[in-house]
Amino acid sequence: MARIVPLENCSMAKKVRIRVFAILMAFTLSGFLLLFLGHNPFEVYASMLDGGLGSSYRVKETLIRTIPFALTALGIGLSFRMKFWNIGGEGQIMMGACSATFIGLNFQQLPSFILLPLMAIAGMIGGGLWALIPAFLKVRYRTNETILTLMLNYVALKWITYLQYVLWRDHEAFGYPKIPNLVKNAQLPKIFGLHIGVLLVPILVIGIYLFITYTKKGYEIRVIGENEATARYAGMPTSKIILGTLFVSGGICGVVGMIQVAGVNMTLSIDVSNGVGYTAIIIAWLAQLNAIAILVVSFLFAVMVEGGSYIQTVFQIPQAAASLLQGLILFFVLGSEFFIKYRVIRDRKTRIVTEGEV
Amino acid sequence: MDLNWFVCFLGAAVVAGTPLVLATLGELITEKSGSLNLGVEGMMYMGAIIGFTTGLQTGSPFFAFIGAALAGILGAMIFGFVTITLRANQIVTGLTLTMFGTGFAGFIGTPIIGERAPQKIIDTFVKVKLPLLGDIPVIGEIFFNQDYLVYLTYILIILVGFYLYKSRYGLNGTIVGENPKAADSLGISVIGYRYLHLAMGGALCGLAGGYLSLIYVPSWQDSMIAGRGWIAVALVIFSKWNPYRAYIGALFFGGLNIVGFRLQQFDLPVSTYLLDALPYLMTVIVLVFDSMRSKSRSHAPAGLGTPYFREER
Repeated sequence: MARIVPLENCSMAKKVRIRVFAILMAFTLSGFLLLFLGHNPFEVYASMLDGGLGSSYRVKETLIRTIPFALTALGIGLSFRMKFWNIGGEGQIMMGACSATFIGLNFQQLPSFILLPLMAIAGMIGGGLWALIPAFLKVRYRTNETILTLMLNYVALKWITYLQYVLWRDHEAFGYPKIPNLVKNAQLPKIFGLHIGVLLVPILVIGIYLFITYTKKGYEIRVIGENEATARYAGMPTSKIILGTLFVSGGICGVVGMIQVAGVNMTLSIDVSNGVGYTAIIIAWLAQLNAIAILVVSFLFAVMVEGGSYIQTVFQIPQAAASLLQGLILFFVLGSEFFIKYRVIRDRKTRIVTEGEV
Repeated sequence: MDLNWFVCFLGAAVVAGTPLVLATLGELITEKSGSLNLGVEGMMYMGAIIGFTTGLQTGSPFFAFIGAALAGILGAMIFGFVTITLRANQIVTGLTLTMFGTGFAGFIGTPIIGERAPQKIIDTFVKVKLPLLGDIPVIGEIFFNQDYLVYLTYILIILVGFYLYKSRYGLNGTIVGENPKAADSLGISVIGYRYLHLAMGGALCGLAGGYLSLIYVPSWQDSMIAGRGWIAVALVIFSKWNPYRAYIGALFFGGLNIVGFRLQQFDLPVSTYLLDALPYLMTVIVLVFDSMRSKSRSHAPAGLGTPYFREER
């Protein structure tokens, strides 16, 4: 018989080794799946890499995709620190995009340097308020926030659908259901070939790291995550902290919505978020909420997604292969935590050791 | 809006509520043993696609639904292995299962988007009026002039109720969910019952997905489940973990699911796009009302969501 004993301290190197091994296992398993479908997995993986990083254009596309991943993961990561399961990044992005677009469409005569900050603030407020709804209900009535945030994603999606097909529909688009494009004033300027939203990434990575590590508020957030009751007994205004953090968390997602509208798509559509809110959950978890790790994982995921759409054209493998692979990776990494926390001991082996001692 | 229209609407609500009640029963039975599996949506996707492709390959309605149930079980077993054997966080693992299942269905289903379910399966599940019961005015038309799987669902509700409340195994499983420590000291296998309930729950969620792809739609479409799995998770709370109440809730939400489409003919001042948001909004409202009556918490299995490790006793 085997026994399972908790492992007290697992070295950093071993942790990394176990996680890397888990990720390799995920790739191996999906490799078999590809093999089963009649593809050479090595070729597929190689061309995935090629699709994500094969030329300077592709690298640029990958970087543009990294931005919403990283920002959203940083945003929802804030609420995850309090064990507040905010699955609503998707809806918060959409509502942020919606309010930013409202400003962008209605105040287009304003000069860029006023209009764009206004749009960003609107995005922040839109996403923040959307996250405040479940936060308030959780704090006030202890309503399950996972289901709430998820339902609000669908409500947001239906709302944007309504805007796109009815309320804001561009009647000059020859019957095609779309919202008018943003004018030049309302589009983000370029920097290094990317839109200027890229600058937010290092700012937020450093900002959130400093905030969590060195400020009182950051400390309080961590305590709530460890044990909410403890935080309350210590006299912390837990409700206020949860509400405030969720506003910022959703606000960051809202800004992502603004960036996608004003920097990438130049219009609002139901595809504005395109699953970023869900992928960001995986990213935040894999990175263990570490800001730098979020950046790295976001980039790798962006490679996977860009590569995923590339292998669709080359091998006719559906792009969903990328999300399948992401799910598998997370399963393996979740499972591998066991080997970081515990050790399996064979009883026979223990006996031999005792005999040796005698 | 005459009586006839209303009867017709309620009959359609029964059909729309069927996948919801199957998934709700699945999650209910899972949660009864203490596992909080948030992967319902994912298992439904797995059931929907495997059921559909099995149907395409074999043309057999029987094998199609067996395939759907097995796919749901597979999803549940992955969840069980990661959370029970490898002791990972249930919430995150459930979310992962949802994403995995969605990706899985997209991966297999993209090439067959728009393809119709085989005619033989569609013909098997046409509406069949039951003798006697079907002749009851109004009620008969609503509940007993339906397809076979709707009838199977009625039976399953009663079976689940019987299993949970009247059978020894179901009571054992309930004890595992309420107090795993006590169950263990009574010699009831905590791990065994959790796996068993997960498997039964997975099968039901898989069937729910299969119902959507093979009977309800019946063709393969992207994002077919559309949050129904999450509504089912909410319905479990709403039903206070009671399979009979779950059916009432599922009927109500089935009605909400189709109300937008059905009201189109009346030229309402509200856009159908907004009416489509009703089931989701109503889920929020129901959940909030439920949590306002704080006592309802006590209906949840006491050990829900908490892992059990024997050596940490």
